[in-house]
Amino acid sequence: MSDFTFWDVVRNLLTGLQWTLALSLVAFIGGGLIGLLVMVMRISKKSLPRNIARTYIELFQGTPLLMQLFLVFFGVALAGVDISPWMAAALALTLFTSAYLAEIWRGCVDSIPNGQWEASSSLALNPLEQLRYVILPQALRIAVAPTVGFSVQVVKGTAVTSIIGFTELTKTGGMLANATFEPFMVYGLVALGYFLLCYPLSLSARYLERRLHASA
Amino acid sequence: MAYQFDFLPVVQNTDLLLRGALFTLELTAIGAVLGVSLGIVGALVRAWNIRPFSTIFGVYVELIRNTPFLVQLFFIFFGLPSLGVQISEWQAAVLAMVINLGAYSTEIIRAGIQAIPRGQLEAAAALAMNRFEAFRHVVLLPALGKVWPALSSQIIIVMLGSAVCSQIAAEELSFAANFIQSRNFRAFETYALTTLLYLCMALLIRQLLNWIGRRYIARSSQ
Repeated sequence: MSDFTFWDVVRNLLTGLQWTLALSLVAFIGGGLIGLLVMVMRISKKSLPRNIARTYIELFQGTPLLMQLFLVFFGVALAGVDISPWMAAALALTLFTSAYLAEIWRGCVDSIPNGQWEASSSLALNPLEQLRYVILPQALRIAVAPTVGFSVQVVKGTAVTSIIGFTELTKTGGMLANATFEPFMVYGLVALGYFLLCYPLSLSARYLERRLHASA
Repeated sequence: MAYQFDFLPVVQNTDLLLRGALFTLELTAIGAVLGVSLGIVGALVRAWNIRPFSTIFGVYVELIRNTPFLVQLFFIFFGLPSLGVQISEWQAAVLAMVINLGAYSTEIIRAGIQAIPRGQLEAAAALAMNRFEAFRHVVLLPALGKVWPALSSQIIIVMLGSAVCSQIAAEELSFAANFIQSRNFRAFETYALTTLLYLCMALLIRQLLNWIGRRYIARSSQ
């Protein structure tokens, strides 16, 4: 049996950390794009897109991320497409992120006074132009802090993907704990890895929030 | 050939799913009561800046809020025994849920306490309330009333998060689902029904907490 030194453990964990980071970025960017679309549907004046978006958000916010992962992992496979844990993880986390971001951004758009919509409509902008040129630039300022805050949830959410066999930080930690028989040390380091990713995000979210309140 | 959906092998195991769901609800109930209690203590210590506990709770809150629940669970379940503390699956699950919810509710309730104007306590003193009465009617219940929706959401998030407790073989709902799909090979159907069950539980807990909020928290804080 080979022996793991402390530095072997750290080196392997760093490799896992890179996958956690990659998955977080993919989910956050993909989730942002889809989330924008869902948000636009959610604030639509037509009831059909609004209800679809509301159901979508309810569904993702009311069920465990683990179940969403399983459904994507096994559901896509049923359609006859061979799906790797990495693809399943990226797809499920993207959908999960999009639902939460859509709801956060809707709140920001709702907080813009109605007069802004009316004023831009009186300038003969169509609803999408009103959103694009008048509402979103103002809503963006409010949205930055909660969006950065939510990114912490995305990074933490990636840990669940270890369960479908994606070798990110938690999965790497599990294998190392089994190999070294030192779960206390290994999981402590794993937790430290997540903390180093998440704490700066938490701090900047808090800083951005305070700056927004100071300027408002 | 297209895939034929077959929910019958899952429906036949409804009793297993319901038993799992019940256990998830039990875990959530214990976790919520103890977690919110811990949160109340933490919030008071933080809001009144009682040293050195204020700093300890501050570090605890940041550590828990910036690490995944799954890692906290593994750390407790696999890590503690190597320090000589033996702990069963459901004890580890409850402990992880309490510690996790405790950190979030510390921050949520602290926001509620800090939103209470100072004049309120002075008014309570003017009405000859003793410290305990003032604390209960002027600090705690109004603070909980203000943040009750946020607290309810957090309890539901913890309930949904408890799905990963199947990974340490705590026999809650997702454990039951794993067991069933390993028997009937109907993974998608099993997880679809399980997901639906989680959704119903989330709605149920939301209704229950809204009712508790209206009946006990909001009314007595008037």
